[in-house]
Amino acid sequence: MLILTLRRLASMLLIMLVVSFLLFALFETDKLDVAGKVLGPYSSEEQREIWLEKNGYNEPFLKRYVVWVGNALRGDFGQSIQLKVPVSEVLGQRLANTGILALCLFLLMIPISLTMGIFAGMKEGSFRDRAISVTSVVTTSIPEFASATLLSAIFVFSLGWLPGTSSMSGGFDWKQLVLPVAVLLLYDLGYVARMTRASMAEVMTSQYIRTAILKGIPYRRVILKHALRNALIAPFTVIMLQLNWLLSGVIVVEVFFAYKGFGSLLYDAAVFGDIYVIEACTLVAVFVAVFSQFISDIGYTMLNPRIRF
Amino acid sequence: MSETTTTAPASTTPRPPSRISRTFHILGLLRESPVGMFGAALILFWVAMAILAPLLPLYDPLEPLAPFQPMGAAAPDGGTFWLGTDHKGRDILSRVIWGSQRVLIWATLSTVVAYLVGMLMGSMAGYLGGWWDEIISFLSNVLLSFPVMILFVIIITLLGASGLNIVIAVTFASAPGIMRIVRGLILDLRTRDYVFAAQTRGESAWYIMLVELLPNARGPLIVDACLRLGYTVVAIATLGFLGLGLPPPEPDWGLMIKEAVPLGSFAGHAMVVPAVALSSLILGFNMLADGLREISLRD
Repeated sequence: MLILTLRRLASMLLIMLVVSFLLFALFETDKLDVAGKVLGPYSSEEQREIWLEKNGYNEPFLKRYVVWVGNALRGDFGQSIQLKVPVSEVLGQRLANTGILALCLFLLMIPISLTMGIFAGMKEGSFRDRAISVTSVVTTSIPEFASATLLSAIFVFSLGWLPGTSSMSGGFDWKQLVLPVAVLLLYDLGYVARMTRASMAEVMTSQYIRTAILKGIPYRRVILKHALRNALIAPFTVIMLQLNWLLSGVIVVEVFFAYKGFGSLLYDAAVFGDIYVIEACTLVAVFVAVFSQFISDIGYTMLNPRIRF
Repeated sequence: MSETTTTAPASTTPRPPSRISRTFHILGLLRESPVGMFGAALILFWVAMAILAPLLPLYDPLEPLAPFQPMGAAAPDGGTFWLGTDHKGRDILSRVIWGSQRVLIWATLSTVVAYLVGMLMGSMAGYLGGWWDEIISFLSNVLLSFPVMILFVIIITLLGASGLNIVIAVTFASAPGIMRIVRGLILDLRTRDYVFAAQTRGESAWYIMLVELLPNARGPLIVDACLRLGYTVVAIATLGFLGLGLPPPEPDWGLMIKEAVPLGSFAGHAMVVPAVALSSLILGFNMLADGLREISLRD
């Protein structure tokens, strides 16, 4: 167990190292381009050279990379070109906003999708199973920005119940959270429900469940005490891995609803060419993705004694 | 009647089914899955629309006719705007149908390229093993650790928005996943007798990978390709929506939605129509993949 944890940790660090090197190489190899982005397109060659010299860009590439990683580890990602504030400041604030979105999503998604999946998987092939399975295929098939379009056509433009943008410019307003969360929920719900269903259906066909039923234990008790314990191992992994998907999904949803979160920050930076923000956002996103994978691997091993070694 | 015509030749010719009929055997079984049939029908509908687009009596998708017409409004030349017109006065029906052609062509092209790269990587990692496997698997892990949309945004930011760059971005995002599946399949298949036979004959590693192993790994790959085509359509449309996709003015579903959303309060149909079209196509791919998986698990 300890060895497994250490090995996972090592591979996680290695991936972060390679990713950070790739990012640095992709965005900062061309020094003059960096200076041009920071000082604007109308800066002169001389100004750029002076800026490069002043900011240590004339050091060898590898040395620059080491300094950059050191700064990033201390949370210093430089100054945003577009917003003129330290990247860490704006990133922290935006991550907190996306955190609110993610918290609402997970609080709703976990109970609903697990219930759907368990009810569908209890009796494979029954009408209830078919209905839940088809519903989850349909909701998962609608891309986030398409469901955002359809939901706003109904609730914003036809009924006028909800605001169409979620920029929170007039302070926090829960009404502005409804549509972004609903869009993410609609997409994610079906996926987790299907995974839960598959896991539940597999457990229900196993020998020990048949034995429990034949022993005359009440069906309710078989489900709650015997089946769920094993059926919920796989969904745990799937739910952890949703964090990776969420970081993709929030880009579209936050851009659509103008929500001031992590996704719209990265998108704006990409469009503007704000390289320091792009680097910081990507590093954070990959870290969250790799770390949630790590937690899910370790959690899976702890929950499932059969593969512990 | 149709039963007898299909069974009669089979009983008179005892030779084994041809390679093609074996490959498409699974598609024949699809008739037993209503979900899969429905998905296939949705895809066929859009493929037919994409192929027939030049032949259908449509307005020019780029020509400004009359802006903000509602569904079913009369056109100036006596025709009808069945699905209305957008903010520039272009016929939405025509743009949706031409848009299906564009998204299907680019999605298929990107998926095919991603598959070629992924299968090559997967066979090398699975069959050659050793350092090849270590390096290819590690690179795939690195790429897979990026949330997909972030990878797309970075690649498009660095390379610029164009069709070719979308193909590159999709390949970077999808090939590692394909590689993993192919690698797993090859690891299972490489101990089969026919592989030993080929090795004993002195065939080269490339021959064994391409001729002996990959054709036998096709079953699960068909299901995966179907799902991946759906993902790629979503990715292309999403990039279009973010303004990072195929360049305008050619009709693109994602871009149509992007342009229509700010005007949603008085021309809602201009954003709903492409959203429904896109969702139905993705639904088709997902349902077909579901049906295929269900059938392949059965036997």
